[in-house]
Amino acid sequence: MAKKEYSFYPGCSSQEKASSSNYLKSVETMCEELDIQLNTIPDWNCCSASIGYAGGGELPRLALSARNIALSEQHNAGQDIVATCAACWLATKETQERLHDDQDMMADMNKVLAEAGLKVEAKSPIRHMVEVLIEDFGYEALGSHVKKPLDGLKIAGYVGCQTNRPFGIDGESFENPKYLDKLVETMGAEPLENYDKKVQCCGGALAFSEPEKSQAMIKDIIEAAYDGGADLVVTPCPVCQMNVEVYQDHINAKYGTKFKMPVVYYSQLMDVAYGRNAKDAGLDGQVIRAKQLEEIANKS
Amino acid sequence: MSDLNTAMIEKYRNSFLKEVEANVEEGDWVKMCMQCGVCSGSCPLGPHWEHPPQEIFMMIRAGKRDEVLQSDAMWMCTSCYNCIVRCPRELPITHIMHGLAHYAKRLGLAPKNQPTAKFAQLFWDNLVKSGRVNELKLGLSLYFMNGFGEGIKTSLKMKNIGLGMVKTKRMNPMEILGGHGVKDKSGLQKILNKAREIEEAKAQGA
Ligand code: SF4
Ligand code: SF4
Repeated sequence: MAKKEYSFYPGCSSQEKASSSNYLKSVETMCEELDIQLNTIPDWNCCSASIGYAGGGELPRLALSARNIALSEQHNAGQDIVATCAACWLATKETQERLHDDQDMMADMNKVLAEAGLKVEAKSPIRHMVEVLIEDFGYEALGSHVKKPLDGLKIAGYVGCQTNRPFGIDGESFENPKYLDKLVETMGAEPLENYDKKVQCCGGALAFSEPEKSQAMIKDIIEAAYDGGADLVVTPCPVCQMNVEVYQDHINAKYGTKFKMPVVYYSQLMDVAYGRNAKDAGLDGQVIRAKQLEEIANKS
Repeated sequence: MSDLNTAMIEKYRNSFLKEVEANVEEGDWVKMCMQCGVCSGSCPLGPHWEHPPQEIFMMIRAGKRDEVLQSDAMWMCTSCYNCIVRCPRELPITHIMHGLAHYAKRLGLAPKNQPTAKFAQLFWDNLVKSGRVNELKLGLSLYFMNGFGEGIKTSLKMKNIGLGMVKTKRMNPMEILGGHGVKDKSGLQKILNKAREIEEAKAQGA
């Protein structure tokens, strides 16, 4: 298959030594295996996620994503923009939608960008990495790379909210999306049937500002995974990953639970199934080590 | 800030709905709400809202200006977009909530110690400085923000999490010395200033 190229928007949490740098590592490994070339948007900036609204009004906030799109059009002309972070994807795609819905805003935005010698058309599709996997490759092609099927692992596919709403993956339901389960199956593991917290919100940024409320939701997400007999949780979103992984000690202290549930990315499952080692899969970046996955990775 | 508030009260006298339509992001949608309650019932933070979205929309139409703008309700939105995909009238509820929160803040009416309001502002300030969020500085400013009164326990817990993140190389203590950022900082600042200028001019003239 010919090399596929995309314009890549990594986002702040994927930077070196940032909270989801292990996600980026695992995506790079996955892309090597699938012969995908990611061309990073030069000098990209933060999209302001979904919490920047207090300080930035509508136009300043959307201008952040518009700048990234403009830089992509200038340097990676004609390539689809791909994001690995749900919030990055959402902010960028939403900006594109607003610019096209509102010609006045488009005109204003180009006045704004002209200050830095840029202009925007926002024509190229803006996509999440899982969209690329499913639509440009498909389960069968993704499965054909599997060298070490993840036999015997039971995995709770935690889709979360922003990868799923408001845009979602084409043809998938907002209430019960199936793609993550299918991906788990494609890698040879067993997806948790009827995981009823699949699209439950993890609290997003409120995990910082309203920890009690968020942790109550996170507890339900983990508990449902245990109830279904899951060995680990998999997610496509860096915020979901972090929130569900790192607060387990607090939740244990507060609720008397004994949670120690690894939470990994789809790309990490794929790396291991594709025969790569634990380090290439970014598994050394887990706060709660995914031991079973590491064992498969270390098997020769 | 409060000058703007006074000016807005003058200008819209009896119609808070008109004020919202003209000044709040996606505010022109509010009148489309048919009060079915699906949004409030779908919201994961439902039990914690002082006024869930449906109620906020009703209050806007009833002209309850102070009660809406001074409420901490819209700060309870986690941006999960559940309401948006379910609303039968397709209101962009999440954006209206963010828009109301921002507008209340601009008028100086947002509740002073609302933690999400503070965090959201810290996040914005952090990102505009260098163009990319510096997670460590954000964490530390959060620690400082919660460093008073009842917040202190939370921030101490956060510190342990920070250590776990440092160990797994998902947080870099050196970020305190600067860290990630865009190269064209001045270009980015110009963009943001111009965007703010256009938005301010619209608010004054609207
Ligand atoms: S779901 Fe939509 S129409 Fe129903 S109350 Fe909420 S905003 Fe109004
Ligand atoms: S987007 Fe906000 S208002 Fe809508 S359901 Fe989620 S938390 Fe509630």
